[in-house]
Amino acid sequence: MAILTEARPQVARRAKGVRNRDGWWAAFFLGPQLTLLAVFLVFPLGFAVVLAFMRWDGLGQKEWVGLDNFAAQLSDPEFGLAVWNTVKLALLTAPFGLALALLIAVALNSVKGGGFYRVLYFMPVVTSSVAVALMWQIILAGDEYGVLNASLERWFGITGPDWLGDPGWVIVAIAVVTIWSSLGLNVVIFLAGLQTIPPQIVEAARMDGAGSLRIFRSVTLPLLSPTIFFSTVVAVISSFQAFDQIYVLVNPKYNDGARTIVYQVYELGFQDFQFGMSSAAALILLVLTLLVTLVQFAAQKRLVHYDT
Amino acid sequence: MRPRQVALHAVLTIGGLAMLFPFVWMLLTSFKSVRQMLNNPLDWLPDPWRWENYPDALAAMPFGTAYWNSFYIAAINVTLTLLTSAMAAYAFARIRFRGSEVLFVVFLATQMVPAQVTIVPLYLMLAQFGWIDSHLSLIVPSIANPFAVFLLRQFIRAVPVELEEAARIDGAGRWRCFWNVVLPNIRPGLGALGIIAFLASWNSFLFPLIFLNSPELATVPLLLSQFSGGRTAVDYGLILAGSAIAVVPMLIAFLIGQRKIINSMAASGLGGR
Repeated sequence: MAILTEARPQVARRAKGVRNRDGWWAAFFLGPQLTLLAVFLVFPLGFAVVLAFMRWDGLGQKEWVGLDNFAAQLSDPEFGLAVWNTVKLALLTAPFGLALALLIAVALNSVKGGGFYRVLYFMPVVTSSVAVALMWQIILAGDEYGVLNASLERWFGITGPDWLGDPGWVIVAIAVVTIWSSLGLNVVIFLAGLQTIPPQIVEAARMDGAGSLRIFRSVTLPLLSPTIFFSTVVAVISSFQAFDQIYVLVNPKYNDGARTIVYQVYELGFQDFQFGMSSAAALILLVLTLLVTLVQFAAQKRLVHYDT
Repeated sequence: MRPRQVALHAVLTIGGLAMLFPFVWMLLTSFKSVRQMLNNPLDWLPDPWRWENYPDALAAMPFGTAYWNSFYIAAINVTLTLLTSAMAAYAFARIRFRGSEVLFVVFLATQMVPAQVTIVPLYLMLAQFGWIDSHLSLIVPSIANPFAVFLLRQFIRAVPVELEEAARIDGAGRWRCFWNVVLPNIRPGLGALGIIAFLASWNSFLFPLIFLNSPELATVPLLLSQFSGGRTAVDYGLILAGSAIAVVPMLIAFLIGQRKIINSMAASGLGGR
């Protein structure tokens, strides 16, 4: 008895000592990432919020202007156009790109020796976006170089539009290039999701007399819905952030049809040196991204099945 | 069953050709003369083959330097990303400390902020550091990587705790446990993350575009973009020779490691599940 009661405080003290030491170890292990994150992500975000309320060209005096930057951006038709183009790009890229990826993934999943195709579809994913843009430039060019229009002319007698020059078509062209370059990634993600579907369930459905289409609709699609949801969120976010290909494929400076929010942020900040305006545009982009993601998560509750 | 397989292969082949065509067309066009491109844009084969496009492209642009820049930036960035994010992941997975869960959520939340949103303040800050027009601007900020921490935490949680407890009974400290027990057991995770981080650094374009000025500091994508933008008369043969110089070595590396690369990207796409 006596031994036990005497031992107890000592155990407690030791446990506390361990926890304290754990605190130091945690700080040590977390330190580098936490510091970098604070310096290069959290602080700049705070700085962006402050800048968004200021007028500053980087050299002269900083001047508080309240909500002027936001008001100026939101009432600027050029910014409105950029928002609309961004939304259009997401609406073209996500549904068509993911449907195509799903089709390819389902085909790959039911075919023998699909490894070769997998490599083929994945090639654009590892290719630099700048190179991708240059490769597509000679295909889509509206002048004498463009292969697509030359083919349309020769074989179908159709005069194609100036894909990269016509403000009405340029987002379609950018969407095609984006779908092409991200298809492989979506395919392998869907493929990995398809392979987690237990074959017994498919077998059971087949025994009950379900045809291929019925199995796809009632078994595959619901079981794959978490993966599809995840890919949709990623696809929408990344088309909201698209910059590289657009910048190289069509410099939006010369074609308003290709202006996106990220391009506005870039131009306002690094061509016009209106740091406040640029930060305001960037924050609007952030809020839009968060809103769209929230809406998607809300929709998920009705559309996505998590029970297996 | 037979006709179905044929139909599936047909679908996959048509798609595959659409994937392949831009690459093939780039290679073929890179040997063409401007005159041929203008007069017969639908010619498949170059006539005559202009091999000079390649030496000309190499003479016009310092690809050797750019390759070295891209490579060493990516190598340092990946090494430090792997080390620091594995450390942070270890803390979140294995060390009990107050506020651990809240901190982890904050960590993940920062991932929602796209780099484009903070690009102006980041630029101003790096200018204060004197890092503009220096490779430090590309190496250091992107080491902060919440996604990497998240991914590696999943891998560490899958390592049996007993392994570590056994090592601790043998007198190993926290660091030894991390370095000698945990790290060797999450090699697949480190490999996958290494590939993803390397590709991200290698192909990154916005940061080099904004942070670098001197031509000799350019990375491969930046060099390539200047190549197309800077000329008045567009010589696509030359530009595509440059593209091929940038793309082909990467594609060869991809073909060699394709299984591992594709599986890594697929796993990361599923959030490490």
